[in-house]
Amino acid sequence: MAELHNPAIEVGHDTHAHGHDHHGHDDHDHHELNFIEKYIFSQDHKIIGKQFLILGMLWAIVGGLFSIFFRLQLAWPDESFPILEWFLGSWAEGGKLSAEFYYALVTMHGTILVFFVLTAGLSGTFSNYLIPLQIGARDMASPFMNMLSFWMFVLSSFVMLVSLFIQTGPASGGWTAYPPLSALPQATPGSGLGMDLWLISIAFFIVSVALGGLNYVTTVINMRTKGMDFFRMPLTVWAFMFTAIIGLLSFPVLFGAAVLLEFDRLLGTSFFLSDIYVAGEALHHSGGSPILFQHLFWFLGHPEVYIIILPAMGIVSEVMSVHSRKPIFGYKAMIFSILGITILSFIVWAHHMFMSGLNPFVASIFVLFTLLIAVPSAIKVFNWITTLWRGSIRLNPAMLFAIGFVSLFISGGLTGIYLGNSTLDIQLHDTYYVVAHFHIVMGLAAFYGMFAGIYHWFPKMFGRYMNTTLGYIHFYVTLVGSYAIFWPMHYLGMSGVPRRYYDFTVFDQFNQYADLNKFITVAAIIVFAVNILFVLNFFYSAVKGRKVTVLNPYGATTLEWTTPIHPGHGNWVGEIPAVHRWPYDYSINGRDFIPQTEPLSAGEVEDHDIGSDTPNITDPIPGEEGKA
Amino acid sequence: MAADTHLEKETEQVQDIWNGGTEPMKASYGKLMMWYFILSDAFTFASFLIMYAALRMSAEVWPDPNAVFNSFPFVHGTKLPLGFVTVMTFILILSSVFVVRAVQEGHRMNKNGVLLWMFWGIVGGAAFLGCQAWEWNHLIHQGLTLTSNPFGYYTTPQVVEGQTVDVFQGYVNLAYDHEADSFSLPEDNKGTKGEEIPANASHSEGNWLFGCLFFFITGFHGFHVSTGVLMNIILWIQAARGVYQRRGHYEMVEKIGLYWHFVDLVWVFVFLAFYLL
Repeated sequence: MAELHNPAIEVGHDTHAHGHDHHGHDDHDHHELNFIEKYIFSQDHKIIGKQFLILGMLWAIVGGLFSIFFRLQLAWPDESFPILEWFLGSWAEGGKLSAEFYYALVTMHGTILVFFVLTAGLSGTFSNYLIPLQIGARDMASPFMNMLSFWMFVLSSFVMLVSLFIQTGPASGGWTAYPPLSALPQATPGSGLGMDLWLISIAFFIVSVALGGLNYVTTVINMRTKGMDFFRMPLTVWAFMFTAIIGLLSFPVLFGAAVLLEFDRLLGTSFFLSDIYVAGEALHHSGGSPILFQHLFWFLGHPEVYIIILPAMGIVSEVMSVHSRKPIFGYKAMIFSILGITILSFIVWAHHMFMSGLNPFVASIFVLFTLLIAVPSAIKVFNWITTLWRGSIRLNPAMLFAIGFVSLFISGGLTGIYLGNSTLDIQLHDTYYVVAHFHIVMGLAAFYGMFAGIYHWFPKMFGRYMNTTLGYIHFYVTLVGSYAIFWPMHYLGMSGVPRRYYDFTVFDQFNQYADLNKFITVAAIIVFAVNILFVLNFFYSAVKGRKVTVLNPYGATTLEWTTPIHPGHGNWVGEIPAVHRWPYDYSINGRDFIPQTEPLSAGEVEDHDIGSDTPNITDPIPGEEGKA
Repeated sequence: MAADTHLEKETEQVQDIWNGGTEPMKASYGKLMMWYFILSDAFTFASFLIMYAALRMSAEVWPDPNAVFNSFPFVHGTKLPLGFVTVMTFILILSSVFVVRAVQEGHRMNKNGVLLWMFWGIVGGAAFLGCQAWEWNHLIHQGLTLTSNPFGYYTTPQVVEGQTVDVFQGYVNLAYDHEADSFSLPEDNKGTKGEEIPANASHSEGNWLFGCLFFFITGFHGFHVSTGVLMNIILWIQAARGVYQRRGHYEMVEKIGLYWHFVDLVWVFVFLAFYLL
């Protein structure tokens, strides 16, 4: 297939030349795209990635603001806040948040952050942006489906946004949407139209994930440039590929659960409902099982946390290696631990259901698998730490957030070992201990990975640098703030304070933590403010930041830095560069870094292929000359 | 452009490593995408069928498929258990075979062959949907809906340890009264095994979940068949217009064919769950 390397055909990337490909790739050769084609209904993976990022950031502000609202209620349940009434209207009459809307806020906070920010905003952004650039492809396998994926996310966002403004309010049965609370409109105002819109929005979102995921997987497998062997792919690409596979296999089950729940709501089926009495009257349902919904939900719900964390892990691996000027430690171990996490993620879901009446024998199996996840996770953590060891570390904001990620992943991961035990879970289930655990290990850690990625690839995205001073402020305040918010929650949880409660003042045993709750809220407000500063920095720097003047500002080895500073649709001018080595040749053979595009020199062996007894690094570690 | 410096043709070494020209899985991206979609969709169906199993296992009574699916169009008076569904299944499998022939003709670049066999494939799919419509209509007419189930059972009062309780005796297909929207014992007063129902027996509706699951899962499968037929029709029109002939290959027939076989395969499991077990 020699003609593949003719640029004119290469942009079609498939000699079979399917009809739609011509629209996707060749347009820039034929005519100038107008504004709408270029920035709105764009089929360029780079623009789509940025679209995901910006919509994700907008949702992050909304979701973050909601958490501030309900934190105000938890810290000062007796005070009134006029600002709440300004924002929420009749849901906060006289500045006092209503109990119904407290639950709606909690539900929306979870839904928005988990799905719209940390799934679409994180994996959507970076999978789109980095996969073609790092594997050496002109674009995704199907740019049209890629565009559709983003617009399904927009549609999903729109439906969810509408649900915030309807009279009965948005869904308020928790982001897990357990029936019967979510199935019966009589249960709470939010279980009316708000719940229908929630389910429709999630269904659209799943279509978006499927369209995106199909593209990510096939692009990685089928569209790598010449020489881009699987074991020459950056860890980011590995992570995105496994993330897409998890999404493709777990989201359909949530789709099934959502459709079934909607049937129960609209058509009177009884899949998740059994004999229920509301206000003394028997409902017209019989035979179903609400626990079944929990199984279906968590079959997605648990892999979902890996959908969130794996891209962050990939980004952190890449950022850490570049800014330590060292090869990533244990490249293949990193890949196989991602694979291990991917497989294990599908067989641990019932650890969310230890308290649902699960057979203790079954629970013990899920405990075993859950604790097994500690093995690949620990391998990754040790590899990151060893990558840092004796590196020439650049402490720029991207690197700081990558290191922060590891810190949070350890802190949150350790509490996961406790929660994964079904016996300890009897005490800790549905307490603030759980809230602290998953916010640190998956919420914050994923955010840190996202920040690391944004700071690191911002020069590639916009051709400008972000303001570093604001970046430092952003990092240090966020790091201290993160622990200030969630560390105390461990104590609350261990003493049995339940999550999702509207007001603790009526319970004497929980009332003693009133000051701690105030402290948490103040920390949350500060962190939120600093992250608004980050958003301002992002948009200001995108327009007014210091311009990038060199192709490869970090001295990175990967392919995205061989594209022009402002890459057009098609990424490379002329032919796509071929790849000759793995992506982590840093501080090797007496050189700072060797790009992937540079052929191996005579007698050189690719680093990740050599055994420990085959010396390859001719750059001796200072003070240990002769040992190498 | 510094990027240009990397663009020299470098064809040396890099043997036994895939070099971008041929696909590692010997499949185009479109075909891979279809495979991954099928895998993804298989999880949706798997979740439904596992749900079916879980709910059925926990149900106390469940209709006997031989007594539910025993009607045949234009045949009255004779019970033909699973007769009609056998015809339906045969039609769907036959349609899959036709599509296999169409793919084969596509490899031979024989446009007329593709059109002919795709046509029969479409007819098969449409016929299956027609059969399903008849079956649904018939069951609804008998009174099976999401919230009613004529495939019930009867009990007789018996004294157990000094207390009178209703004890399960057997299954019965209840007669549905459209006017009163109520069920009664059948005119011949016989249970599903042909046994006489005692005079002191009282009857109950079957488990509603049977109707919910049947209509939902076969409906979801029927929806897949419908989209498959629609895609096949679009494919047929494209092929007739010579789109694939000009493109130089009929891979699209193969890709849609994969989906069609998948839908066929899913039916085998649905058939197993509802009709055989």
